[in-house]
Amino acid sequence: MTQLKKPRPEFRNINAFTDLTTYRLPLAGWVSILHRVSGLLMFLLMPFIVWLFDTSVSSEISFDSFTAAFGVGIGFVPGWFVKLVALALIWAYLHHLLAGLRHLYMDATHSVTKSFGASSAQVVLVLSIGLTLILGAKLFGLY
Amino acid sequence: MAINYGSRRVVAGAHYGTRDWLAQRVTALLIALFTFIVLAKLLLTSGPIGYETWAGVFASQWMKTLTFSVLVGLFYHAWVGVRDIWMDYVKPPGLRLALHVFTIVWLVGCLGWAIQVLWRL
Repeated sequence: MTQLKKPRPEFRNINAFTDLTTYRLPLAGWVSILHRVSGLLMFLLMPFIVWLFDTSVSSEISFDSFTAAFGVGIGFVPGWFVKLVALALIWAYLHHLLAGLRHLYMDATHSVTKSFGASSAQVVLVLSIGLTLILGAKLFGLY
Repeated sequence: MAINYGSRRVVAGAHYGTRDWLAQRVTALLIALFTFIVLAKLLLTSGPIGYETWAGVFASQWMKTLTFSVLVGLFYHAWVGVRDIWMDYVKPPGLRLALHVFTIVWLVGCLGWAIQVLWRL
């Protein structure tokens, strides 16, 4: 018996490095996976976030060490790296918030068409990346 | 028709995760509203934002109370979300249990610290 078609591929053991990198996600897929990535990032950095809250709000003196963290750094960690982590958190929060609002809107209005999924994903990505760039430029003192 | 074991428990069916699904959306809305309240408070002040303005945001009793509720909501929101990640990608039961325990300790610890900061203001 001749094999006219290639055997259908079976995805029983998807390799994160050799298989996942060949997938081409639609924009809504990117918003979805980045929602997860940004959520996990904020979860892992939560002690740092609470530290920022603690030092910024507790007293004038602690507020000084809060601002110093972005200048001279924290201990052996340089200030530019603290800024970079803060920028990652800014992006994570913006993306998670905007993608979350998209979810809530879709749930509330039953907007589940393919075209709405694509266009709203585009809006989320443009807004989250755009605002991150604007706030990042401010954070690194470009304006 | 789902078979009920005991008086109330439905072992199988489509509604097993509905409560957490709803809780995640309700807490999400709460966190989003809180974000806009804090942003509005900051943007409605004039001049550079120093310690006084920033600490002033959380000074009133109603804001402390609201922040407390949002922190508890955030904790639950993060628990549901991170648990979903472990359930999707981590299959060995022992490792998954360890990650669940880590997640709870991590979140409860952060929540306690944040509440301490808030309460002594």
